[in-house]
Amino acid sequence: MTSLNQTIQDVFNEPSCGKNQAKSEKERKKGCTKQLQPGGAAGGCAFDGAKIALQPITDVAHLVHGPIACEGNSWDNRGAKSSGSKLYRTGFTTDMTENDIVFGGEKHLFKAIREIVEKYAPPAVFVYETCVPAMIGDDIDAVCKRAAEKFATPCIPIHSPGFVGPKNLGNKLAGEAMLKHVIGTKEPEYTTPYDINVIGEYNLSGELWQIRPLLDELGIRILSCISGDARYEEVAWSHRAKAAMMVCSKAMINVARKMEERYGIPFFEGSFYGIEDMSDTLREIARLLVERGADGELMARTEAVITREEARAWAAIEPYKQRLSGKKVLLVTGGVKSWSVVAALQEAGMTIVGTSVKKSTREDKEKVKKLMGDDAHMFDNLAPREMYRKLKDAEADIMLSGGRSQFIALKASMPWMDINQERHVAFAGYHGMVAMVAEIDRTLANPVWQEVRRPAPWERAGDVAWQDRALDAPGHVASVRSANPPDTGRATVRGKEAA
Amino acid sequence: MAQLVKSRKACTVNPLKMSQPIGGALAFMGMRAAMPLLHGSQGCTSFGLVLFVRHFREAIPLQTTAMSEVATVLGGFENVEQAVLNIVAKTRPELIGICSTGVTEVKGDDLAGFVELIRQRHPELAGVAIVQCSTPDFSGAFEDGWTKAVTAMVEAMVTGADGAIRDPRRINVLPGCHVTPGDIDELRAIIESFGLIPTFLPDLSGSLDGHIPEEFTPTTLGGTGPEEVRAMGLASWTLAIGEQMRAPAQALEAKSGVPFRLFERLTGLAACDELYGFLSMISGQPVPPRYRRQRGQLVDAMLDSHFHIGGRKFAIGAEPDLLFALVSALGEVGAEVVSAVTTTTSPIIAKIPCEEVLLGDLEDLEAGAAQADILMTHSHGRQAAERLHLPHFRIGIPMFDTLGAAHLVTVGYRGTRDLLFAVGNMLMHRHHEPGPEDWRNAWPEEGACAPSSDPSPHAEKELVP
Repeated sequence: MTSLNQTIQDVFNEPSCGKNQAKSEKERKKGCTKQLQPGGAAGGCAFDGAKIALQPITDVAHLVHGPIACEGNSWDNRGAKSSGSKLYRTGFTTDMTENDIVFGGEKHLFKAIREIVEKYAPPAVFVYETCVPAMIGDDIDAVCKRAAEKFATPCIPIHSPGFVGPKNLGNKLAGEAMLKHVIGTKEPEYTTPYDINVIGEYNLSGELWQIRPLLDELGIRILSCISGDARYEEVAWSHRAKAAMMVCSKAMINVARKMEERYGIPFFEGSFYGIEDMSDTLREIARLLVERGADGELMARTEAVITREEARAWAAIEPYKQRLSGKKVLLVTGGVKSWSVVAALQEAGMTIVGTSVKKSTREDKEKVKKLMGDDAHMFDNLAPREMYRKLKDAEADIMLSGGRSQFIALKASMPWMDINQERHVAFAGYHGMVAMVAEIDRTLANPVWQEVRRPAPWERAGDVAWQDRALDAPGHVASVRSANPPDTGRATVRGKEAA
Repeated sequence: MAQLVKSRKACTVNPLKMSQPIGGALAFMGMRAAMPLLHGSQGCTSFGLVLFVRHFREAIPLQTTAMSEVATVLGGFENVEQAVLNIVAKTRPELIGICSTGVTEVKGDDLAGFVELIRQRHPELAGVAIVQCSTPDFSGAFEDGWTKAVTAMVEAMVTGADGAIRDPRRINVLPGCHVTPGDIDELRAIIESFGLIPTFLPDLSGSLDGHIPEEFTPTTLGGTGPEEVRAMGLASWTLAIGEQMRAPAQALEAKSGVPFRLFERLTGLAACDELYGFLSMISGQPVPPRYRRQRGQLVDAMLDSHFHIGGRKFAIGAEPDLLFALVSALGEVGAEVVSAVTTTTSPIIAKIPCEEVLLGDLEDLEAGAAQADILMTHSHGRQAAERLHLPHFRIGIPMFDTLGAAHLVTVGYRGTRDLLFAVGNMLMHRHHEPGPEDWRNAWPEEGACAPSSDPSPHAEKELVP
């Protein structure tokens, strides 16, 4: 555990993170996230984060060392796509039982690795450490080392017990494992001056494939994507890239920064979401590559592709723009993509009436502020009742959020669209932005919203819907409906609590 | 009749099993204004939450004590206390149901003691029912967690009868975790048609049946209220559905003297006959004409579907009670089970009418399904079904790639009829069209096994008591 604690401290001390550098030594040690509140917390654990970050590596066997909960309750539930091996979608776990707790799970883990190598012959086995083996002191490093020698297959320990912190920390711990055990252990067959790494892109719904054709056209090679649609060996030779793009805010900033330190690979933070963001990203990739020795003509070719693609995308969005112009959007996401989505929606003529910045970094918030021009639109935590009120009072026409909060909108018979990792539509690049706008239009234009708001035949005129009662509870005095007194006790009590 | 064989693998591949705490949490979700709380790290809750959201397509109330590494080592009393206080302040629940997890059980947190201490220190919480159960992730499975949570509620909330007069019209129903919200609705209608008043513990039909709610609430939308649970001791009978509900039924009997009748399944003609007959007996009412007609429909459905189900080979992966219900009911129209896999031990497994039941995972199910015509298991079977090119009938939890999972009804005459139709249709639509080459080299090669001449083991006898 000491080494894990050191790793965590190391991750907390991230020099490229502005927010981190602004803190005092003591604050920094406490880590990036607020202390979780028992009975008031939501979100995944460090193990969840580590798995999200690495599972997209497609040909690896991802073995979860822990009781059944960690894998059994969650496997094959993420939308990362593969162009080759499907092994990453196979759920492997040691399914620890009481015997393991009493006698230790090391032998069990060793045997499990052997079975995997014998049956599936993967290029590597990733072993995820969860809370229970961390508590009983299983020496995962030793088991992995022995198994790697014995079975001639790299076995990579990922120290990610859930109780060390939230998902975001898990992303970084996964990155540390890659830096320590994988990156730099193989050499590519050849390199070119046009080799890049994409770090923190998971190819959800195949989004990487919305980008790849453009890079192909420009002659830019993704030497390694960490980790979307990646093969193990690609990650292992990623240290030979000329430049890197870091996606998805700060999830894997430690990987990007340390690769710059160790291998001199410069990186920039970019986004594939939004037309202008996408163009900036292409420009930045070209600029970094030229800086590292690629032919300067790449810039001109990149600009030509940008001009062409932008024109096509705008033309495709045009028919929607009229219909969507002035529509108001409430954006509630984990935060990682907030600012990139804001720009995209504005491009389609929509207004953002609010966005959550709960997990966003200070820089992210700055970007949102710049885009929306008003601090008041940002909120750290939007209570479900408040989300609902914004929809109901027509402050918003549609809510975009993750699956968990969808029912606040749907139960209120208001349009909702999924923009989190579970969604099934790819929104990256120029095509993705057109798809997103089309998707919003498809959602808003659906006649179902009128249908489901139709009162039942037994409802009399003047009846107050529950939705209104909930809003009329004390604490919402500003509501125009406050003329109608709430008629149930519970709604009143709850309203008070919320206020 | 089935022999339980345990998989000897060190590595579970493609788990069929889910863990105890979320099974317990689901039971608490069938209670009115309830907030289930997992005592563990936040991931334990988050995984369960995502799973249920995707299965039910509903908002899921589920909280965590958010145990950090330090809290885990030092003990979690403060976290549990704080969680309870926060939940009460934020959501005003009538019931908080706490399940332990692997982390806190390894540490040895005494949840029962914690709850007692919280009671002493916070008399202001007297109006909130707090029920806890021990559900380590490293033993048992989803079904066991459900059993423990329901048993814990009976023990903590039901009051003794104390010589009060029993209401002959009131009966308790303890549904297993395989009984869907749709099944509960069906059962309620059946029971009420005999003039009886059922109390379901728990009642997912009120909370997770996908309705538009009457109120805005951060806790469960509906379900059974604490005062209804307390009054269960005054009922005349308890119906337990599935072997998993024996423990809570016994606890209820011990506590308040309510006799129970255990129905190992409610899918299949004879099994349903038992139910309708029993309800008629205890109510003194004849079986209503509607159900007499439905029985006829089921008999006809069995006749029509046996052409398509009879002799076809099934690979089924499910928790013990559901597996028993499916293998039995399909076996009664001639289905042959070539691979049966389950998650946990249960006395019911010995009664499953097939040769062998494997305590294993979906890799085992897939390996045994090479000759199968159809795969029946939860949505995680989709990869195996794709590889084997088999139709995949989704049943059990989770069904994350299917609409209306909560409304899949397989109980009663009508539920059985619909199940046979759905399964039969799936097989019929995959019917193999004959081709000119089918019989050209159709004899088995030398040395290859001839089809087994063993009589089907399924038609042997009726199993419901």
